[in-house]
Amino acid sequence: RDHMIVTRRMGFRSYFTDSKLNVLEGDSGRNTPEFNQNTEEMKKVVADLYEKIATVKLGGDAKTRERHVAKGKLLPRERVNRLLDPGAPFLELSQMAGYQLYGEDNVSAGGIITGIGRVSGTECMVVSNDATVKGGTYYPITVKKHLRAQEIAQQNKLPCVYLVDSGGANLPRQDSVFPDKEHFGRIFYNQANMSAQSIPQIAVVMGSCTAGGAYVPAMADESVIVKNTGTIFLGGPPLVKAATGEVVSAEDLGGADVHCRMSGVSDHYAQDDEHALSICRRIVGNLNIKKEPQCVMGNGEEPLYNPEELYGIIPADKKKNFDVRQIIARIVDGSRFDEFKQLYGTTLVTGFAHIHGYPVGIVANNGILFSESALKGAHFVQLCNQRGIPLLFLQNITGFMVGKSYENGGIAKNGAKMVTAVSCAKVPKFTVIIGGSFGAGNYGMCGRAFDPRFLWMWPNARISVMGGAQAASVLAQVKRDGLGKTGREWSEADEAKFRSGIEAEYEAQGIPYYSSARLWDDGVIDPVDTRRVLGMGLSAAMNASPEVNSKYGVFRIGRPAQRPTKIEDDAKNLTDIATPLTGKSVSDHVTPEKPQQY
Amino acid sequence: LKLEDATGSNRLFKKIIIANRGEIACRVMRTAKRLGVKTVAVYSAADASSAHVNMADEAHYIGPAPSKDSYLRGDKILQIAKATGAEAVHPGYGFLSENAAFAQQCADAGVVFIGPPIPAITAMGSKAASKNIMSEAAVPQVPGYHGEDQSFEVLEREADKIGYPVLIKAVLGGGGKGMRIVESKDQLREMLDSARREAISSFGDDRVLVEKYLLKPRHVEFQVFGDHHGNTVHLYERDCSVQRRHQKVIEEAPAPHMTVDLRNKMGEAAVAAARAVNYVGAGTVEFILDPKSNQFYFMEMNTRLQVEHPITELITGVDLVEWQLRVASGQEEIPMRGHAFEARIYAENPMNNFLPGTGKLHHLSPPSGEGVRVDTGVRQGDEVSVYYDPMIAKLAVWDTDRNSSLNRLKLALDRYHVVGLSNNIEFLKRLSTHESFVDGQVHTGFISDYAGELLREEPPATNLALSLASLAIVKMDGKYSAHDDRSPFGIPDGKRFGHAHERVISLQDRNDTVKVRVTYGKNGRYHFKIDGRDGESVGEGQMNGNELEAKVNDRTVKCKIVQHDHQLHLFYDGQTVELGLPFKDYNATAQVKGSLLSPMPGRVVKIAVAVGDKVTKGMPLMTMEAMKMEHTIRAPSDGVVESINYKLNDLVEEKKQLLSIKSDE
Repeated sequence: RDHMIVTRRMGFRSYFTDSKLNVLEGDSGRNTPEFNQNTEEMKKVVADLYEKIATVKLGGDAKTRERHVAKGKLLPRERVNRLLDPGAPFLELSQMAGYQLYGEDNVSAGGIITGIGRVSGTECMVVSNDATVKGGTYYPITVKKHLRAQEIAQQNKLPCVYLVDSGGANLPRQDSVFPDKEHFGRIFYNQANMSAQSIPQIAVVMGSCTAGGAYVPAMADESVIVKNTGTIFLGGPPLVKAATGEVVSAEDLGGADVHCRMSGVSDHYAQDDEHALSICRRIVGNLNIKKEPQCVMGNGEEPLYNPEELYGIIPADKKKNFDVRQIIARIVDGSRFDEFKQLYGTTLVTGFAHIHGYPVGIVANNGILFSESALKGAHFVQLCNQRGIPLLFLQNITGFMVGKSYENGGIAKNGAKMVTAVSCAKVPKFTVIIGGSFGAGNYGMCGRAFDPRFLWMWPNARISVMGGAQAASVLAQVKRDGLGKTGREWSEADEAKFRSGIEAEYEAQGIPYYSSARLWDDGVIDPVDTRRVLGMGLSAAMNASPEVNSKYGVFRIGRPAQRPTKIEDDAKNLTDIATPLTGKSVSDHVTPEKPQQY
Repeated sequence: LKLEDATGSNRLFKKIIIANRGEIACRVMRTAKRLGVKTVAVYSAADASSAHVNMADEAHYIGPAPSKDSYLRGDKILQIAKATGAEAVHPGYGFLSENAAFAQQCADAGVVFIGPPIPAITAMGSKAASKNIMSEAAVPQVPGYHGEDQSFEVLEREADKIGYPVLIKAVLGGGGKGMRIVESKDQLREMLDSARREAISSFGDDRVLVEKYLLKPRHVEFQVFGDHHGNTVHLYERDCSVQRRHQKVIEEAPAPHMTVDLRNKMGEAAVAAARAVNYVGAGTVEFILDPKSNQFYFMEMNTRLQVEHPITELITGVDLVEWQLRVASGQEEIPMRGHAFEARIYAENPMNNFLPGTGKLHHLSPPSGEGVRVDTGVRQGDEVSVYYDPMIAKLAVWDTDRNSSLNRLKLALDRYHVVGLSNNIEFLKRLSTHESFVDGQVHTGFISDYAGELLREEPPATNLALSLASLAIVKMDGKYSAHDDRSPFGIPDGKRFGHAHERVISLQDRNDTVKVRVTYGKNGRYHFKIDGRDGESVGEGQMNGNELEAKVNDRTVKCKIVQHDHQLHLFYDGQTVELGLPFKDYNATAQVKGSLLSPMPGRVVKIAVAVGDKVTKGMPLMTMEAMKMEHTIRAPSDGVVESINYKLNDLVEEKKQLLSIKSDE
């Protein structure tokens, strides 16, 4: 009996230790002048984001919107709101799509609203045309956004609801909309294949569905059409007249009565938009979908520290460093983070946490990537993949370390190990670009090409193949060399002008809105919303059963030739190489800080 | 009074049967239970799961819903009494309570009828007989002339004797026909001629009678009680002046502005009236009182327990049902204390001509606490059917003086929450707070005189009410469930990224649609902007069950929210606000012009047209009856009768398509 008491006491003590062991310290640097200045700067950047979205949110111009409403139609955002469960949150995707992409043509949100929200308690991908934006026609970016929504739906097994109100392909741009693999036809290919995978496809026809667009409801599992406003036909009245001389009204050609009573193209007849959305909600309610998250849930407690402090942590001066744990502490449940390999490869922080209760393995940059950071990253990604734990990449990376000793030490090979692990990991991956995303760092940290389920950017982030200054230097060097060959001179003023031109172009193309406009990401988000966005992304991912037993490509295991032969010394030696650099600036790269002790 | 029965024993019955339903059956059983007397209930098909059935020790079915087939079947009730071994029948009020024949059947069957002796019932049941008995007992009656001599001279002389103003009534009259008020002597001939003309054309008989006309009379009644030894006492008066269509609405005891002197006089008259018929048990002597002259006149005597007996109990501390059961003994002076009111809660719509409302009591929360008594026969979830009285409860309150008691009534009414059927609670609040009522200036014409104020339309819902309703709606959204209840997709905070969620909530405020723009702010705050109105409010709150604890523009409000179908009922600050939720009935869109819906639940008593008949606008098509009230359905436009959906005597629910007319328009 005594033995039991002792055990219990020890148990209590050890639990107490457990409960404190993983709590991140988060008070450092708060309310310093620098912190306050950072906050001011970030607030400006965030305010700019809100301003941009406020405009995008409106859709087309006031006149077009009025005309739309006068037809008895709801505006697309209102349609989405009424489709979703009342008061339900909506994870909207790529609001900035098409931003400043087509010169004079203002294609707000790419002319289509996409996002995830609950309909009758089921998480659905909602795709809603905005007929107030260029008649809802498909610009290249519209197609891309529609396809991206379908890709997300397919990866996460989310039922798709298409609220159709579109004039079809944008005819003047047919060459970049119609023929290619990732063009208009892919929408229907995806519908067929998702349906084949038992991912429900539901269309609500709330406006025109002409030509190719007619296939959206026609290929749907179940469809609704609104009387008077909804029409479906392969060729509209003008085309029919041109082709056969037949004069027919849109309603008689392909209205609700035609398709519900005669053709059978549509299954449900709605009196108006609201009715159609109610029917759609009933349809989703009858899908018989059961979401069963395959993970061990945490209790979902809020972080200990105010997420608004994220504003003060990110340095206004992009060249300055910060401890990424301060970011993690404001995103994860209870600010709890079980760090992995804390003392090794310290420029990459890895560890386990929960977000809104869902388990997640975090890979976060805390400086430039060295060989050992890459090896640590590869190891950790493998761990998560084996355990079925979703991965979160917090990207703030200028790239892998360059220089003779690093190349000789095989950094390319070690970086490749991380890239291989990230590429082949089948657990849901999420990427948030919280600072810079440059060069191969983008690859190792699960950039767009590495198929994260979602990728978001903070408004302060920058993305390009390398920094503007570095690019300018490299290009100036190449140019000077070229000029030297022909014996021509290059004045310092000319070179400065050349350099600043390059830098300006890199800056313009590196801002998140340039990225988001082209759908290199799934949206620019307020840092404060990061936890919520990730929670919703994780929740969406839990609709698909996890893939197990993933295989990897060839990891190049070999040691550098000139190094000592003992394998276990490999990492140590690399650390030795990195050590002299600590505290010293390497070109404009971020300096790795001394590992902090926690 | 002596606490013993006719044989001189004070043994209580072992078991009684209650030949009634609803609140009075429950009320009788409450006392019986306390005294250890077993109870037997009877019930009709409509009452199989009613409160009184539930409360009784045993209950027996007596027949179909209509009263004549059930609660009026004395023979069946007595069969059950015999079969169950009940020694006595308590008749309650209404139904068989003043039926001498039934009392006789009881006597024949050897079952005690808890009520007065049969001759007393018979005597008081006849207008003529009671008039004579009261005259002999010197109980004052309305002065009048009922003689055969119809000459002008005689009528003029009698009118002089009575004193103007007088009322001329056709002997065979009814419905106000052949009735004239004569203010002064010089009008008499003219009024008499006109009354006679109308009488002869309406009834073929021009005989009239002349009576004292009382301007704004009051209805004051005395509770009396007699024992088997000729002892009779009164238990003070009740004022039941406030009535509509001869239905009492709020009663109080004692009567306002009653003097000791007048009470003594009236009380003596009441006791004399009871003694004149050798009254035994509980009875009520009704008077009309002229508040100007303090003259009072005998109207009638009710030989049963009255609906409004609780207020007498409250001011005397006596349990009248217990006394009935014991048939009391021991002469005693019962002291009177404090003041009591009774408000009758009816299922009816005061704003729609007091049409009875029936249906399910979706939500019922009566007030309780010190000085508050609720006598009811219904519970939440019960149906109020078309077959019986629409009174669902009696709210009686007591306090040390009239003002405090009235205040208590108001507070209790504020806390009386009923959802599911039309009710008169708001009307009672207005009535009980009306200046003249507060002053005790009551009379039988009170409600019709002040109808403008008492039945005025509610003003449009306030910004606060609309904000509270919207807040409740957004707060109730959390009810949506899903498999993954931990998912942040399930947080009903309307989260949007990069912008705030805006939502328009359309609320139906009677005939107006009000749009409230709700913006989901940070930290659980919501901004409400009402279209077409100035100002914006900020609200936050918590729903605990159906209680919304809200803070709107820094004001805290506790508001009860009850949703029933697509109606939202708000109870706060003693107010009741009913708002329609956004709802479109798409299934009923095929509405034909000229369709006709039943205005209330009831029975079809007349069908005036046949399919194919041509009708003109305003023409009566069908007549429905509910609660003894008739309602005529008229053609909304010219047209042809297309279909008739119900047969004669069919029972129809509210808002059902009765018939349809193909309009000419």
